[in-house]
Amino acid sequence: MTTADWFSSPDDATERLAATGYLADPATATTAYLAGALEKPLLVEGPAGVGKTELAKAVARASGAELVRLQCYEGLDEARALYEWNYKKQLLRIQATQATGDAATWDETHDDIFTDEFLLTRPLLTAIRREEPTVLLIDEVDKTDVEVEGLLLEVLSDFQVTIPELGTVAAVRRPFVVLTSNATRELSEAVKRRCLYLHLDYPDAEREREIVSSQVPDLEERVAGQLVTTVARLRELELKKAPSIAESVDWARTLIALEIRDLDDKAIADTLGVVLKHASDHDRAVRELRLRR
Amino acid sequence: MTGYQTGRQTGSQSSSGLLDRHIAFLEALRAAGLSVSLAEDLDAVAALSAVQWGSRQTVQAAYAATLVKKQSQRPTFDALFDLWFPRMVGSGAGAAGTGAAEATGDGPDAAGQEFSVRDGADALRDFRERLAEALAADDQQALADLAAEMVATFGAMPGRGPGLSSWSAYTALQRVSPGELVDQLVAGLLAEGRTDEEAERTAGRRIGAFTHRVEDDARRRIAEEKGPEHVANVALRPSIDRLDFLSARRSDLEEMRREIYPLARRLATRLTKEHHAQRRGPLDFRRTVRASVSTGGVPLTTHHKPKRPHRTELVVLCDVSGSVANFAQFTLLLVFALRDHFQKVRAFTFIDHVHEVTHHFKPGADVVDVMTDLAASTSHAALWGRTNYGRAITKLAENHADALGPKSSLLVLGDARSNYSDLALDTLSELVGGIRHAWWLNPEHRRHWDNGDSAASRYGAVVPMVECRNLTQLGEFVHDIL
Repeated sequence: MTTADWFSSPDDATERLAATGYLADPATATTAYLAGALEKPLLVEGPAGVGKTELAKAVARASGAELVRLQCYEGLDEARALYEWNYKKQLLRIQATQATGDAATWDETHDDIFTDEFLLTRPLLTAIRREEPTVLLIDEVDKTDVEVEGLLLEVLSDFQVTIPELGTVAAVRRPFVVLTSNATRELSEAVKRRCLYLHLDYPDAEREREIVSSQVPDLEERVAGQLVTTVARLRELELKKAPSIAESVDWARTLIALEIRDLDDKAIADTLGVVLKHASDHDRAVRELRLRR
Repeated sequence: MTGYQTGRQTGSQSSSGLLDRHIAFLEALRAAGLSVSLAEDLDAVAALSAVQWGSRQTVQAAYAATLVKKQSQRPTFDALFDLWFPRMVGSGAGAAGTGAAEATGDGPDAAGQEFSVRDGADALRDFRERLAEALAADDQQALADLAAEMVATFGAMPGRGPGLSSWSAYTALQRVSPGELVDQLVAGLLAEGRTDEEAERTAGRRIGAFTHRVEDDARRRIAEEKGPEHVANVALRPSIDRLDFLSARRSDLEEMRREIYPLARRLATRLTKEHHAQRRGPLDFRRTVRASVSTGGVPLTTHHKPKRPHRTELVVLCDVSGSVANFAQFTLLLVFALRDHFQKVRAFTFIDHVHEVTHHFKPGADVVDVMTDLAASTSHAALWGRTNYGRAITKLAENHADALGPKSSLLVLGDARSNYSDLALDTLSELVGGIRHAWWLNPEHRRHWDNGDSAASRYGAVVPMVECRNLTQLGEFVHDIL
């Protein structure tokens, strides 16, 4: 098995992620480096919109790997996550054999239709069989049923998949696995044990300003500062959903689109809908920040 | 496997004490309730051998990534990490630089005399000025240094001999009293354009955080003197979901309140999943036979009647007097956050008189507003202000009999401490006899039941009583009744 060199050190991780436009804090960079160095899956938790999925994409961009994504949802099963036999094609094959008239024995047909040709690979198997560097993103793993976690165990610990008809397929090259979760459900101990864990939270003001400026370069430095301060103030309030980085960036884009050069109280009140998505949060912010007096 | 190899390598270095410290650290984590398995232990060692040890932050990140798999355990981990891998030893290498203005030599051995000299009125005034500056700028590094300096200068308790001296965060905090800086800080924040409440809240939070830092630093010093094991038990507070409602501080309550919605969401997800799993009702014989005709009478597929979801009508009666008020509020918030899973919810609060509060819980209402309204309505629940369970139960039966039909369930929240008054046990058992279910949640530890004026077991004989001291227990209970 060849091992890929993902990052050579935490600093290297910081630099290369930054080059792709993802500004990682030291803990994120260290953990991303470790995930590559130890070849362990990385479980990323945190509120929506702090860049969990983006981290996987950034790792893929930084290392020139391809991203294979498995989006989880309730009812996801083996056939959608791992592999499936292309039974229509198998049926055709059997009929074709019969039509040509040469009476193939049962054994021959059986061996024939359970080969690679009739296998439909799904994300997990695809990622394992790829020979080029791969980042496997298992998104929102908390949305799946508990059974799927069992399915993941073999993939995550040994990087292999057992197909009864074909035998065990082991990874040629271990992918860089990122699992993301919103923690709507506690994942099982078995999955957590196999992963490195990283909790992403809202960044501090300095980092957030850097992120906003790098994502929206047209925004003036002064307005970016005002925006980040306002978002920080909003996060201090008890809101149902505090604004995340994604929303700060959206806000910055909104300000550019509306050509607002100064984020004063009126401008905040007018565009608050971009960052706060609950009516009660909206009212609360207007009242606490005294936006309309 | 790489993990085992590196494990052996580090083993050969055990003479440096590194492995011992690592093992001791892991033991402490396990003692504090983190489930650290052997596999994770080996991962941690592998991770440590993969990173440079030059930066403490990196080492901490490596440990955290491999050992802590739940965010709620992170504070516990951080506290223990600070003890086993302290930020610095003594006053640190940087102390000579930062304290150069007023201090000369600062060796830990010469501690006693040095501190008594430095701890003067001038030093105090100077220190407070610098502290106010750092707080206003919210400069984390400066605050950490100041906390260390504060404990060293104002919190030292010189002992009679080496190893007997100690440090007290309490003394240091009394001397410097950062709480008095609040006004100054608020004024500064107001000048930045913050609103009144916001400035006060921010100032309070910063001062609180600094107080924590000072406490942590005193603990670090004591740990240095007496060994981290000595301090670990005192240093740790249970994580927020295991913290008792009755012993929560104000900052904890705020944090708990933030936990309510995520908890409700987790419960709702879990419930929906479980309901889906058991959605198939009893066999629909007619449809099964009819469908079997197409397969020659063999019932290949069975058909089932849809299961009728059962929804409870819940009536919550909660004691809102003094100490148990927080508990009642949390439970109410959680119940109302999960209202979709109930047919109907009605809530009553009482101290010695029953008052209905259902109307405060509008769908999508703001949590803080609801809390304020609830607090304000407490006055309606009291006539004389002494908790009286008997009277509350009688009044509920008299005035709100319509709420308690054969379909409804009653949930009583309270510590069953009724100031030795009449318990109205007969009325309660009559009430309970006419409804579907009844539960009683008691926020006190089971060992305190029946102490003093608690009538826990007497009420418990009528209504099954459950101990519910923290968010975890509360979540479990609410999940079970749904």
